[in-house]
Amino acid sequence: MAQAKPQIVFDPWNDPKAKPLIQCRSITKRFGDFTAIDNIDLNIYEKEFFALLGPSGCGKTTLMRMLAGFETPTEGKITIDGQDVAQVPPNKRAVNMMFQSYALFPHLSVWENIAFGLKREGASKERIEERVAEMLRLTRLEKFARRKPHQISGGQRQRVALARSLAKAPKLLLLDEPLGALDKKLRQDTQFELMDIQERTGTTFVIVTHDQEEAMTVASRVAVMNAGVIMQIATPADIYEQPNSVYVADFIGDVNIIEGNASVDKSGPEGAVSIAYAEGQDPVHAVATTPVTEGARVFYAIRPEKITVSHKPDPDRANHAFGKIIDIAYLGNISTYRVELASGKVISATMTNARRLERRAFTWEDEVWLSWTRTAGIVLTN
Amino acid sequence: MNLRRIMLIAVPYLWLVALFLVPFLIVVKISLSTTAIAIPPYSPTFDLAQGWAGFKDFLSQLSFDNFTFLTQDDLYWKAYLSSLQIAALSTLFTLIVAYPIAYGMARVPDEWRPTLLMLIILPFWTSFLIRVYAWMGILADEGLLNQFLMWLGVISKPLHIMNTPKAVYIGIVYTYLPFMILPIYAALDKMDESLNEAAIDLGASRLSAFWLVTLPMSRPGVIAGCFLVFIPALGEYVIPQLLGGSKTLMIGKVLWDEFFSNRDWPVASAVAVVLLVILIVPIVLFQRNQQKQQEAES
Ligand SMILES: Nc1ncnc2c1ncn2[C@@H]1O[C@H](COP(=O)(O)OP(=O)(O)OP(=O)(O)O)[C@@H](O)[C@H]1O
Ligand SMILES: [Mg+2]
Repeated sequence: MAQAKPQIVFDPWNDPKAKPLIQCRSITKRFGDFTAIDNIDLNIYEKEFFALLGPSGCGKTTLMRMLAGFETPTEGKITIDGQDVAQVPPNKRAVNMMFQSYALFPHLSVWENIAFGLKREGASKERIEERVAEMLRLTRLEKFARRKPHQISGGQRQRVALARSLAKAPKLLLLDEPLGALDKKLRQDTQFELMDIQERTGTTFVIVTHDQEEAMTVASRVAVMNAGVIMQIATPADIYEQPNSVYVADFIGDVNIIEGNASVDKSGPEGAVSIAYAEGQDPVHAVATTPVTEGARVFYAIRPEKITVSHKPDPDRANHAFGKIIDIAYLGNISTYRVELASGKVISATMTNARRLERRAFTWEDEVWLSWTRTAGIVLTN
Repeated sequence: MNLRRIMLIAVPYLWLVALFLVPFLIVVKISLSTTAIAIPPYSPTFDLAQGWAGFKDFLSQLSFDNFTFLTQDDLYWKAYLSSLQIAALSTLFTLIVAYPIAYGMARVPDEWRPTLLMLIILPFWTSFLIRVYAWMGILADEGLLNQFLMWLGVISKPLHIMNTPKAVYIGIVYTYLPFMILPIYAALDKMDESLNEAAIDLGASRLSAFWLVTLPMSRPGVIAGCFLVFIPALGEYVIPQLLGGSKTLMIGKVLWDEFFSNRDWPVASAVAVVLLVILIVPIVLFQRNQQKQQEAES
């Protein structure tokens, strides 16, 4: 019999009484006159799975290294568990890091690599044996225990690095692109494995990833970074549905950005605005969550899957646009249509492929209507 | 079939045959001869003109007497042992001096490294002999070092270093230091700094991270450096001759005396052959180490 899964809401960040495990206050890190991290404030709570997302060079690794203790912030304060860590050396922090370069010890076997941290804390022989065996099983490396790192594949090396950082069951685990070298299947398995470990051990994870799908899958919250600044911190769903800036909307998933002038729409519901974006084109009817001044320049962000493509305008939806299909990307389960409007603006719309390919309704050069509801997109001012 | 490859391999082999094997066989042959007052100062000499009979006659005159002689006079094995000891100890001293230098060089900012490397190699630009003579001036009883120390008031009587084994150790350490620094530096330079960080991250102190990670990682360099110092130091002649005085016994000096003072070429050759046999052991070990390292890297 099917049973509803009990939903325990995990959102300590909304609880003003909750104490963050990690607290970064106005952290700035400069290398010479280059600012790698620019005045970041960040709270990460116990048992969180916190993802850092951002383009290459935006400072993700630098932030992790400050948490691990390998870099000291030029300005600002980091506390872990309420303790200012400025004076705590990296080997005394209950923090383990999985390095982006793996940093496996080449002269030690896989087994010895994983046992390294346990030996340093003086664990008993049986405990080490048991724990290493468990880690090997978890990362499916039992067969390679006796090999040296140069005798295994890149993906296996990554798993050794993961196992090594997990072995000590630290309070906080920093994973710098832990799954990048794994194939999709193994990556998904490992993601679930990580979530499982997290659930069982209560370890707090901070994970750096380039893969937004991964961030969406595993993370309780996501921070989107750009050039040393955190653009937004929110749950994966909020990041996707309620981005606070064009940058975040654009960085996560595909999005159409329509730039135009807003005017308050008195006939519509509260907060309704019309956005005029091209001559001769119906304005976009939208709802702004924050007040918009009359005539302000705004950006309307709408995800392709929120737009339907049809031969006739859909009367149930507030927005319509007429155009011609210039490109179709067939992705198996879905197809993305690129539709050029009369103004020359190109809009992407995604439809699921309910029918077989040869029977699909639209093809290149077809003239179609795009329709979407008033609340499908969001109005951004920066 | 594959002429190009055979030619490529042939060049170094021909080189070895012409410049190592042939001279070595000549030395072996002389070591099996007996001294004679003649030019060259040994017999038999090989005379092609007498054909096969002459060759047999020639062979019958060769003997191992010189090698037996080496075991009878304790000068020789004492010289070998003393050479081994001096070579081994000075290799150890060189390692102790070189490691921190190499370590420091591998840790300084990148822009400093070419300068430091240059400084290490710079002494080679002056003649080796001049540098050893300079040490005579420094280490002599009234030399620079003693003058300086007396001026400082650290000592009241000059230290007697010149013409003792101490001077030989100093000379060898000084001369061979670059051969130890460079391979260790190369090994440390290749090492990824994040390995150290990973060790520290996993709870190791700085010292144990060095002991457990940095040191093992630099082992190939240390081994290479030790051989590069030990092998030439074992047969060293100039340094003990100029700095060691008459009391320092080393096989290189014995060899020289046999050849040029005693003009006993056969015994001198026998000394050289035995020296080579002693050297072959570390050379083979060195080769094995290099090979293992190459396999590990590929
Ligand atoms: N030790 C350093 N000295 C000077 N600049 C540095 C140093 N470490 C990092 N940087 C610079 O700081 C910026 C952020 O680097 P960081 O390694 O944190 O990027 P990242 O977000 O991890 O990128 P990636 O996704 O490519 O790993 C980069 O521009 C980098 O060049
Ligand atoms: Mg990085």
